[in-house]
Amino acid sequence: MDTVLLSRVQFAVTTLFHILFPTLTIGLSVFLVVVEFLWLRTKEELYYRMYRFWVKFFAVNFSVGVVTGIVLEFEFGTNFSRFSQAASNVIAPLMAFEVMTAFFLESGFLGIMLFGWNRVSRHMHFLATSLVAVGTILSSFWIIAANSWMQTPAGYRLIDGTFMVTDFHAAIFNPSTLVRMLHMSTAALETTAFVVAGVSAYYLLKGGTSVLFRRSLTIALIMAALFAPLQMIIGDLSGRMVFRHQPAKLAATEAHWETNRDGGAPFVVVAFPDVKEEKNTFEISLPNGLSLLATHSLHGRVSGLKEFAREDRPSVPLLFLAFRIMIGIGTLLVLVMVWGFLLWRKGRLFEHRPFLWTLLIIHPLGFLAVETGWITTEAGRQPWLVYGLMRTAEGLSPIPPGNVIWSLSLFLIIFASIGLIYLFYILNMIKRGPDVSSPIPAVQLPAGMRPLQDQEGTTKA
Amino acid sequence: MNIVDIWIALLGLTVILYVILDGFGLGIALLFPFTHNEEERDTLMNSIAPIWDANQTWLVFGGGILLVAFPLVYGVLFSALYIPLFTLLYGLIFRGVSFEFRMNATRKYIWDRAFFLGGLAAVAAQGLILGGVLTGTKIAGSHFAGGSFDWLNPYSLATAVGLIAGYILLASTYLIIKTTGIIQERAYNKAFRSSVVVLFFQIVMITWTPFHDPRVLAHWLGSPRVYFIWIFPALGLLAFTGIIKSLRARREIMPFVFSVVFFFAGYLGLFASIYPYAVPPGITFYNAAAQRETLAFTLWGAAIILPVVLGYTIYRYTVFRGKVGKEGYHH
Repeated sequence: MDTVLLSRVQFAVTTLFHILFPTLTIGLSVFLVVVEFLWLRTKEELYYRMYRFWVKFFAVNFSVGVVTGIVLEFEFGTNFSRFSQAASNVIAPLMAFEVMTAFFLESGFLGIMLFGWNRVSRHMHFLATSLVAVGTILSSFWIIAANSWMQTPAGYRLIDGTFMVTDFHAAIFNPSTLVRMLHMSTAALETTAFVVAGVSAYYLLKGGTSVLFRRSLTIALIMAALFAPLQMIIGDLSGRMVFRHQPAKLAATEAHWETNRDGGAPFVVVAFPDVKEEKNTFEISLPNGLSLLATHSLHGRVSGLKEFAREDRPSVPLLFLAFRIMIGIGTLLVLVMVWGFLLWRKGRLFEHRPFLWTLLIIHPLGFLAVETGWITTEAGRQPWLVYGLMRTAEGLSPIPPGNVIWSLSLFLIIFASIGLIYLFYILNMIKRGPDVSSPIPAVQLPAGMRPLQDQEGTTKA
Repeated sequence: MNIVDIWIALLGLTVILYVILDGFGLGIALLFPFTHNEEERDTLMNSIAPIWDANQTWLVFGGGILLVAFPLVYGVLFSALYIPLFTLLYGLIFRGVSFEFRMNATRKYIWDRAFFLGGLAAVAAQGLILGGVLTGTKIAGSHFAGGSFDWLNPYSLATAVGLIAGYILLASTYLIIKTTGIIQERAYNKAFRSSVVVLFFQIVMITWTPFHDPRVLAHWLGSPRVYFIWIFPALGLLAFTGIIKSLRARREIMPFVFSVVFFFAGYLGLFASIYPYAVPPGITFYNAAAQRETLAFTLWGAAIILPVVLGYTIYRYTVFRGKVGKEGYHH
């Protein structure tokens, strides 16, 4: 095994593990802002209890996200030092701004959010929650901007192998930044909505503290109904951006070998791509589908993979499969929301057990979509580190493979154990359920609060 | 004074801020084997639970500054120090998750141990990194050209042990501020003992460094350094007497303040000994600096944002001021 492959695998492992946590952190931080806003606004105790319940998940999730995130910043130097030295002029400021505007903000107000209940006022606490949410979103903006620059570089001049900045605005808002930022934020919100919905559905199926979870489910489903369809639209924008700027990635993702000369390119639904023979051995496809998706016209020309030299192509089977898993999940989630909408119109949303079961079963699928999405975009950039300009092999650190074998094997062990323990504690939290009896700190108590018991009574009646 | 100097100052400030802030945080973890019961460990952890994450962020910022302003240093050092750097990361992972995992655990001792071992690995790695940098890094062109274990030698091991003692000192004096009763009494004791160990290691390092790297001696004896380099050990000695006196007088805040001064003295002395080298013997801050536009663009951002960060950092410390109670549990 060589250092190139090992470093790539290590970066993939650390990124794919890490991104699970920010995905939920971003979504939950926004969800908590909504819940706390409702608490301040309505003075219903129910929202306070709901916040305290979900913030526990948030806290554990955040801490794993933070410590796994630092790893990535270091890996640019430990494993890709030549790339870092070549591209730092352009992307390093983006990462520095991420620390300054996002990491400090998140970590600065997280303490107040978690431990400040007795020490700050209701409004100050809400401000802390909001600033943490702003921090998580800013963080994703900067890091997506840096990554997008690697996908669709702009605002630079290449001098003796070093990227020099010519225009920061162009580098930050390069052709893919905004659409990818929207895509990722929406993914985080959508994934979280389904997680909250799934956990709430579990409680409703079990019976018990039902008002609280009816309300949780309602908020989650409103979020899901908003973001699941929106993600389809953004996904379409994203696909067309890739078509314009990364044609080899698009062709590989779609297992599209030959450029369509006359007539439209079909969308391949299922296939066995044969990389050696440069064709699909088995294929089910929708005529004109790819032309329609990529160019929004029936006969639009889409470059086939054969137009690119073999050494400039990403892995077709990996991209083809990962992308289909992602859009499959995206479509499924929209369909579930359509079903939910029909049930809601009939007023049977909370009683329809098959629907609640479905929510419970599909709740982790968003994470899988996020993972396969990142595999598509990152593996699709290969063999380049900076698309079309610097190959992955040119960006490595001058270190022996043994170093990476050591660190990678430790990561696998550590991530496996931390991941399992995390799941164990999360499941325990779910089993324990919300705390509805601990006294509310005096500084948080609003005048004329509507206690939870009253509402339990009214809904049952 | 040009823009590179400002970045050197900002880097220097960030590193020492990190060392002090996460120093007492990591030091708390190092104190765990000396604790007597669950309650004491709860108190120790609660004393830093609301702030450790923000303190650790200064490390991330330090890494960011290196990458922005001195990419050559970032690339060369991170390749050279691959093993201690990942050891630091593994340590920080376990230290970091221990806070939340421990609160959820029924068997807390697992996370007591993870917290301690994670902290220990992180601190030892930081000492090895410092010792490794001072040992010197082999480069070819603008890239690292040495072996994977070049940083490992008796000198860097001694640095690691010294840093462990130093962080214990910071943590003990911090605990004096944050606790009362028997826990505070123990903190006084540990502060006293660790300060003596730190003094011992400071003297060892000051004696050893010129032998380990003869260029340092040349720096010390050359003009203008010969005129002022003695200030730092003198300041250190002063701080040490301050620590001892304030501990004896059972003062609460001054031992921590003097410990910070002690760290500053050592840190500035070290910096004055190797400046202008960032990666001895081959790379200075000046030939490692990034493109002007990058330095300027990011510095403008820092000038606007960092005062705000400082503002809410101070606000947060005022929110959590005073002795630590049991409310640290948010579960």
